[in-house]
Amino acid sequence: MVRMNDVTMVYDSSGTVALDSVDLAIQDGEFVFLVGPSGSGKTTLMKLITGEIYANAGTVIVNDFDLSTIKRRKLPKVRRTLGVIFQDYRLIDNMTVYDNVAFAMRVVGASNREIRKRVPYVLELVGLEGREKRLPSELSGGEQQRVAIARALVNNPRMIVADEPTGNLDPVRSLELMLLFEKINEMGTTILVVTHEKELVNAFNKRTITIDGGHVISDGMDGYYSYDIE
Amino acid sequence: MIREGFRSIKTHGFMSFATVTITMACLIIIGSVALLSVNIDALIKDLENQNEVVAFVDENIAEESAAEALGSALAAVDNVESVEFVSRAEAMDNFMSNYDEDLMEGIDETVFRHRFVIHLEDIAEMAQTKAALEAVDGIVKVKAHLEYADTFVTIRNVVSIITLVLTVILVFVSVFIMSNTVKLATFGRREEIAIMKMVGATNSFIRLPFVVEGLVLGILGGGLAFLAEWGLYSVLTGRLMGTLTGSFITMVPFKSVMLPVLVFYLGTGILVGVFGGVNAIRNYLKV
Repeated sequence: MVRMNDVTMVYDSSGTVALDSVDLAIQDGEFVFLVGPSGSGKTTLMKLITGEIYANAGTVIVNDFDLSTIKRRKLPKVRRTLGVIFQDYRLIDNMTVYDNVAFAMRVVGASNREIRKRVPYVLELVGLEGREKRLPSELSGGEQQRVAIARALVNNPRMIVADEPTGNLDPVRSLELMLLFEKINEMGTTILVVTHEKELVNAFNKRTITIDGGHVISDGMDGYYSYDIE
Repeated sequence: MIREGFRSIKTHGFMSFATVTITMACLIIIGSVALLSVNIDALIKDLENQNEVVAFVDENIAEESAAEALGSALAAVDNVESVEFVSRAEAMDNFMSNYDEDLMEGIDETVFRHRFVIHLEDIAEMAQTKAALEAVDGIVKVKAHLEYADTFVTIRNVVSIITLVLTVILVFVSVFIMSNTVKLATFGRREEIAIMKMVGATNSFIRLPFVVEGLVLGILGGGLAFLAEWGLYSVLTGRLMGTLTGSFITMVPFKSVMLPVLVFYLGTGILVGVFGGVNAIRNYLKV
């Protein structure tokens, strides 16, 4: 879950107001699209949720952790409840598919036995069985993104945050990926997807939050914008 | 986490190789200059020791045993390293061995005085020691080549300063090169660190494999440099001793400097490896 109350974020270096008094709530188990044009504040919102940056004002609560007051050394605890997915996959090039996923479990101190049991299960869930020994460079974009999803999922997070996950994929692969997110959501994980893709958002009947100029301008089930932003 | 460190060395094979090689090269350069300095110092000391002081015994003390008894008083003087008694008979023999026997016809040993050949600990204090020796009862004259002593002291000081400055410069340059290599090795891993942070790794979890890695690479670099230096030094000593120069110069055996060289190499390797690595990733941890 995410709860933002009156959150304002101004970047010191440029003085840019990225978010201006934003109120937002995402409940456990929801599937939410976050949309908006470039520079609207989407990435800032994502970074606030993952604890990469701190808000200048207001409160940000993620999975019961208050990020407005949390100490830096406590951040790993918050991040273990999140699975983060990026547009550029961010896989480790010299590690196999299996190791890329197992690595995330090792980081949180899982035993080898747990890793051996959980990784094949997650890889099967995302449709990558039989690809365990491949390197990321030997996979297609869609497959690489599935590895990233498997890595995000492997520690059983309460919420998955995906930043433009389909940005580098063709429409068919994008749709497949969204169906995968839907499947994961049905298993109980909260999903927050940041995207630009109108067709994709409109193909799913999900809650869509639109942000522009640092303000939430619409929040509902009526698909991608009631009016054109771009 | 220790396994993570070893695994990381294997995964980043080329950068590990580069770190070890650069550490090794830098240490060998520093070590060679330091060993050269040790040898020059030993050589000068050796030459200094050949510069002896001679103390002549009063002619009135004719009795050999009485003259020899003065030795303990001389040995008690500050800065005296060794005292060797030479009787007037021995002195005459030595003298005659250098000259034609005819020249000495009709001259007996009483022409010579009993004497002591004295070696000093530090020839820089030769003038003071000479005065102290002259003050000993029963000694009438002390012959010392003060001018040579001054020259040696000057040479020794100049050489010491040059080698010290050179070593300090080399240490700075090497530490700079080594830490930059470590920095370069970790730079390629900032993405890996960012991912680790994103999936919830603590800073100590990220740091520890780097510590293990730095430790292993440091020991490896330092150890290999030590073996290489040992080999090089032995080959060089062997070659030099086989030539004409070898008959004038005695090189310090490697065994006598082995321990300090090993400690310095391993210490520097570990310090640069561990602190260089931990310091280099500090910035990447701030996400």
